Amino acid sequence: MISIDEKNFCCEGCKQVFLLLNENDLCVYYNLDENPGIKAKGKFVSERFAYLDDAVTAQKLIQFSSDNQTNVTFSLPQMHCSSCIFLLENLHRINPGVIKSQTNFQRKEVFIIFDPRAISLRKVVELLAFIGYEPYISLKDTTAKKTNNFNRKRIYKIGVAGFCFANIMMLSFPEYFSSGNIEQNGLKETFTWLNFGLSLPVLFYSASDFFISAWKGLRQRYLNIDAPIVLAILVTYIRSYYEIISGHGAGYLDSGTGIVFFMLVGRWFQDKTYDSFSFDRDYLSYFPLGVTVINEGIEKNVPVTQLQKGNRIIIRNEEMIPADAVLMKGTANVDYSFVSGENTPVEKRKGELIYAGGKQVGSAIELEVAGDVSQNYITQLWNNDIFKNKKNEEKSFIHPWSRYFTLALFTVAIATLVFWSINDPAKILPAVSSVLIVACPCSLLLSATFTYGNMLRLFGKNKLYLKNSSVIEALAKINTIVFDKTGTITQNSSSQVVYEGAPLTEKELVVVKTVAKQSSHPLSKIIAGWLTVPSEIPVHVESFNEITGKGLEAKVNGVEVKIGSAGFINQYNPGFVSYDTGTHVHVMMNNVHMGRFQVSNQYREGMKEVAGALQKDNYSLSLLSGDNDSEKENLVKIFGRDTRLQFGQSPQQKLDFIQQLQGSGRNVLMLGDGLNDAGALMQSNVGIAVSDNTAQFSPACDAILDGNHVKQLDKLIAFARSGKTIVTASFILSILYNFVGLSFAVQGILSPMVAAILMPASSISIVLLVTALSSASARLKGL
Amino acid sequence: MSALFILIGISILVAASFLAAFLWSVKNGQFDDDYTPSVRMLFDDTKEIPTTITNQNTTNLKN
Repeated sequence: MISIDEKNFCCEGCKQVFLLLNENDLCVYYNLDENPGIKAKGKFVSERFAYLDDAVTAQKLIQFSSDNQTNVTFSLPQMHCSSCIFLLENLHRINPGVIKSQTNFQRKEVFIIFDPRAISLRKVVELLAFIGYEPYISLKDTTAKKTNNFNRKRIYKIGVAGFCFANIMMLSFPEYFSSGNIEQNGLKETFTWLNFGLSLPVLFYSASDFFISAWKGLRQRYLNIDAPIVLAILVTYIRSYYEIISGHGAGYLDSGTGIVFFMLVGRWFQDKTYDSFSFDRDYLSYFPLGVTVINEGIEKNVPVTQLQKGNRIIIRNEEMIPADAVLMKGTANVDYSFVSGENTPVEKRKGELIYAGGKQVGSAIELEVAGDVSQNYITQLWNNDIFKNKKNEEKSFIHPWSRYFTLALFTVAIATLVFWSINDPAKILPAVSSVLIVACPCSLLLSATFTYGNMLRLFGKNKLYLKNSSVIEALAKINTIVFDKTGTITQNSSSQVVYEGAPLTEKELVVVKTVAKQSSHPLSKIIAGWLTVPSEIPVHVESFNEITGKGLEAKVNGVEVKIGSAGFINQYNPGFVSYDTGTHVHVMMNNVHMGRFQVSNQYREGMKEVAGALQKDNYSLSLLSGDNDSEKENLVKIFGRDTRLQFGQSPQQKLDFIQQLQGSGRNVLMLGDGLNDAGALMQSNVGIAVSDNTAQFSPACDAILDGNHVKQLDKLIAFARSGKTIVTASFILSILYNFVGLSFAVQGILSPMVAAILMPASSISIVLLVTALSSASARLKGL
Repeated sequence: MSALFILIGISILVAASFLAAFLWSVKNGQFDDDYTPSVRMLFDDTKEIPTTITNQNTTNLKN
């Protein structure tokens, strides 16, 4: 325990941060929120961010730059509470070179303006990293997204359509209430011509997306979902403009603009997704921008894309290895948690090949690159064709329905035409055009957009974040579920620890816990978290030394302790401990071997129940694991005998397994977590990335599920299935409205007033119905 | 009754000014982040803390 001012810190890094904040009078940070602290890494003198000094790389990140001002936006996934906002918006008090900083909490971004004469981009990043918010910088992000402008454009369109719709509605009232006989000279004309003017921006600006999309569909000889909307809009406008120009009447402009307005709101509602998540990450997002290449003793920063076979590279603590490489100097402890979900570092010796995607833990190592960045073990998966195709683009069940609807509509229109051409040819035009105006498919489309929009939100409440609404339909069609083991059905954070050996006294336990706490190694953290000791025993640390990746040696309360791997203990007592398999941590006190901690994965709570529930619902389950079959017995207990369990699966084998299932006509849901599941997640009909910390990066997928909610999987799928029922129900309601409207229209007596009442009434009632039904369904399913 | 013409004109102008205000606020970025400002306002004021930053058009300036 490191203390200062009667405050205790878990590590040196956090103490450094406190000192810095204290110096700058920013200690409010610790009072704003209960758990503001982020595990800070402390001051580093490394060259990790040296690549930011390279002008070309820096230019890719910088949004705007002048002599005295540089603007840059960083993504900070660690941002989690109000204290973070406070600290990040007060950067200028820590370093005056920062002019302004502003956070966007939902996007987990910080926008920083700094003075390039006072502080460099690298220094800004180092400051952020020092206080615990290391920015997420990747190759992918340097191609700046412009989603903001796109979103604003949509809102402008909704705003304009809403304004025109409301005003046309208001100006149409006099017409309705006087049933077309306004006495005042010129007043009626003023109203209709004002409506005419107001309807133009809706037709040419707000509705433009529908026209563009329908036209694109037509050019490919395909009637897409926007085609019937465009038809309804065009017929409404043409008839209305004809009436206005010829002086016959006022037209149906309020209905026409209303359609556009409601449709735009519906689409916006449906497409509002999660800003801070990214569902399209490929390997480039994980890899560093630059890497240090050493050539005849001279270190140089090179963009990772220019790395060539045979280059000598230096990888420092916490840096990622960007290409398959052979270890030349130093001892490597590679943390493959990104790749496999397994968070115990693997020790590598000189001359061994290290696969890309691992992170070095410990001192710097020197490597020789053995292959291109794009050709290594992990990234070659991405060269598979499945990553080039977009999935779930197949059309929703609403699309065929809307085609039937259009067909039925034309049948009615033709019947009306035939009937009136026999009975009263003068009524052909008004009757047929009102049929097309009133029977708009928009209520059908609205029911789908609002149902799925609301379901997305309800899924989000239960920590399942879907990429878009088409995933709901894909999820409803699933009949086979494939699980990954490590990290997906096991819990990374809470492991099962068993101690074997000579019993430890309370005092000895305190010593072990104190030493384990000093280290950031995952196993040390697990053991420190598992041990519970009475707090009144005083602790005095006399010395502490961590041999990275091997073990810890320390002197606490006069006891010499060594904690570490069998190899580490053997260095002091050769042959004393036999080498062992599995994850063991040995304890030695005053040169006496006391015993060992056995650390094993723990399965997530409720896995057995959820597997049982899914099998009861006739889902066929499979499990793929990259590990050996040592856990087979436990897995059979959870999944039962009928589940296919496959061990020792490579990323490619996982992908092939999914493909094989699909070949036999199955719709596959894949749950995985690491990069090694990326191919399978992509190949499956629905790929869900399971993550214990949703701020962390997950591979490309259709949805991200919080690890603690895996136990709700059966309910979540059942809820997805209810979506279709809800849309069907609201579709029946909209057909009823259409019957009422059509019964007026076919007789040629559809007044603008009836149209103006029917259209908003049907739209609003359908929106309310689907929202209520989907919320009720979620509650019924126990979500 | 001719007062009606003036009133209609005024009513449309008023509505149009609200539309203009809405469009301006969207452009100004006031709808980009609907959470952070609610937290930011609770921090105690110190003189140096900037209130708003207009970051619009930064991308345009770069090009």
